Amino acid sequence: MGQRIVIDPVTRIEGHAKISIHLDEAGDVAETRFHVTEFRGFERFCIGRPFWEMPGITARICGICPVSHLLASARAGDGLLAVLIPPAAEKLRRLMNLGQIIQSHALSFFHLSGPDLMLGFDSDPAQRNVFGLIAADPNLARNGIRLRQFGQEVIELLGGRKIHPAWAVPGGVRNGLSQSGRDQIRAKIPEMLAIALDAIGRLKHLTERYQREIETFGVFPSLYLGMVGPGGRWMHYGGKLRVIDHTGKILIDELDPIDYHDVIGEAVEPWSYLKFPYIRALGYPGGMYRVGPLARINVCSTMGATRADTELRELREQAGPVIEGSFYYHHARLIEIIAALERMEMLVEDDDLLSNELRADAGVNRREAVGVSEAPRGTLFHHYKVDDKGLITDVNLIIATGQNNLAINRTVGQIAQSYIRNGQFDQGILNRIEAGVRAYDPCLSCSTHAVGQMAMEVELYDAQGELIDRVSR
Amino acid sequence: MAAKTLTIDGHLVSARPGETLLEAIREAGITIPTLCHLDGLSDVGACRLCLVEIEGQRRLQPACMTMVSEGMVVHTNTPRLQAYRRQIIELLFAERNHVCSVCVASGHCELQRLAGMVGMDHVRYEYLSPDCPVDISHMRFGIDHNRCVLCTRCVRACDEIEGVHTWDVAGRGVDARVITDMNQPWGTSTTCTSCGKCQLACPTGAIFPRGVTVGERPLASERIALIVEARKQRW
Repeated sequence: MGQRIVIDPVTRIEGHAKISIHLDEAGDVAETRFHVTEFRGFERFCIGRPFWEMPGITARICGICPVSHLLASARAGDGLLAVLIPPAAEKLRRLMNLGQIIQSHALSFFHLSGPDLMLGFDSDPAQRNVFGLIAADPNLARNGIRLRQFGQEVIELLGGRKIHPAWAVPGGVRNGLSQSGRDQIRAKIPEMLAIALDAIGRLKHLTERYQREIETFGVFPSLYLGMVGPGGRWMHYGGKLRVIDHTGKILIDELDPIDYHDVIGEAVEPWSYLKFPYIRALGYPGGMYRVGPLARINVCSTMGATRADTELRELREQAGPVIEGSFYYHHARLIEIIAALERMEMLVEDDDLLSNELRADAGVNRREAVGVSEAPRGTLFHHYKVDDKGLITDVNLIIATGQNNLAINRTVGQIAQSYIRNGQFDQGILNRIEAGVRAYDPCLSCSTHAVGQMAMEVELYDAQGELIDRVSR
Repeated sequence: MAAKTLTIDGHLVSARPGETLLEAIREAGITIPTLCHLDGLSDVGACRLCLVEIEGQRRLQPACMTMVSEGMVVHTNTPRLQAYRRQIIELLFAERNHVCSVCVASGHCELQRLAGMVGMDHVRYEYLSPDCPVDISHMRFGIDHNRCVLCTRCVRACDEIEGVHTWDVAGRGVDARVITDMNQPWGTSTTCTSCGKCQLACPTGAIFPRGVTVGERPLASERIALIVEARKQRW
């Protein structure tokens, strides 16, 4: 008699998903699946739109990381115009993306995963949310909120609004940075760095407590894909792509985003709305790869920022030259916040930022282009084809979370297998399975819902599909 | 000729003979919603947003098409009118695909402003979601039928001010579309002078300069009246 456990919905992630766990006759885990149960349809309904509108439209894919879509889309637009955008525009786009990495990572670490990490995976589900965190450690919660606020302020200073700024456009950006805006950013960086360094210190102290989780959350060899800059420096916008294997060997380097299709294939499974990208050279599903903070700190040779590099060296000494477990996504996120703040510190001193030359103008000079940005959750591809007037004829979006899809599925399986024995499980175990998903900070949509307050139901079915048990919270 | 005296919303107002009720209402300092009316163009009374109640008349009358007359008693903002106006705006939103958040005219759009003015917080009608094309074949401008409300201001500006009549309307009911020349791509029009007055007259983001992005199309429809006025003074 087999059983099926369903976790629906998965909480504290961005978007809607469920997990199903199939148990065999002995009550051990036979198979697990992470289903994405929503469908957005952007690739279809953008067809026929002028490509100039695409950054504004695709930014609406997400309320957490609209900047990633904005930048990838504007960059694809630059390609269709076949222009080299003004240096100020390039640097300002980079500045906004740093702001976004900071705010999104702060959300993931403090608001979404913080409750698990600080209160414990087995703590009371009614308290295991950001409000519980505020009650237990108001200072930490306040720091997290302030850090996110800072990232959002940088976005607002440039784009005029925190969420969905229609700021980056094909050919450049619409507004520059004011002198007072630059001063405001400059003044706040030291405090934000202190917050980020304090947070990573606290996370390091938790390593011992969560040894079992570290060993069972997505610890398996996989490929890693991410953007790097010149000299293999950590890069989030405007770089080339690199793929490494689990030993750290560079399989693909200096890949121009326009050629992504030669390297990345996309598989479809009937039980999920999310596609399953894989590295073609290794086939499906063997070409499983991971993207996002962990992948980026794995593929880069250096963070290109002093304090972040110190943290990265320390982590590599502890966890190996290629950091394998998904639990380390949390560390990677904090290292990236530190790096983003340090890079921002350097970038704001550049007087180019105050330039008024911000937007290149041209007609349709190419019929196909690919724009890539490193979203907080990983490498994001926007691939457009247009007709001779500039109306979109084809759109392909490869989202970070899609690329982590195979790894998330495998992580869910690994945690379930490790904790569920003889059909026995409890709330804490189910939360660990969710936390394994949360480590990737998946963004399944732009939907933002009541954090930690959604109902969760787990149902047990026998082999005949009869419901034999139900746990809900 | 003697001025006409009428009562608008309880106030005694004097108006010039031959003036429309809309002009008299505005001169009295009262704002009523309009959409197909544009200062400088002839009126067609198509949108029905400026409907008013006139005592002694059973039917509602469009203020833009009704002449003032002596002793008229007019009400411009009754609950009945408010309900109709909101209904009209909702129907306009339901008929095509108006998505303010990603529209080139967002923040500078008369339809958007009217929706706020009439208190439209949601649409009670089922959206028709028609599959409307976008034509950006013209070198400088584009037309997105998703955002067109068929006010025909472009048609009148092209005909009455520029004098070329490139624009017209084809089809009936929900299938009606503004067209250029013989219903051909705008870029192939042989009559269009590329003057851009249609774009100035457009109340929404339906006609826009090529290459603009979200919220970048300014609303400059008052320039039509300025052109008309300037020509009067010169000629």
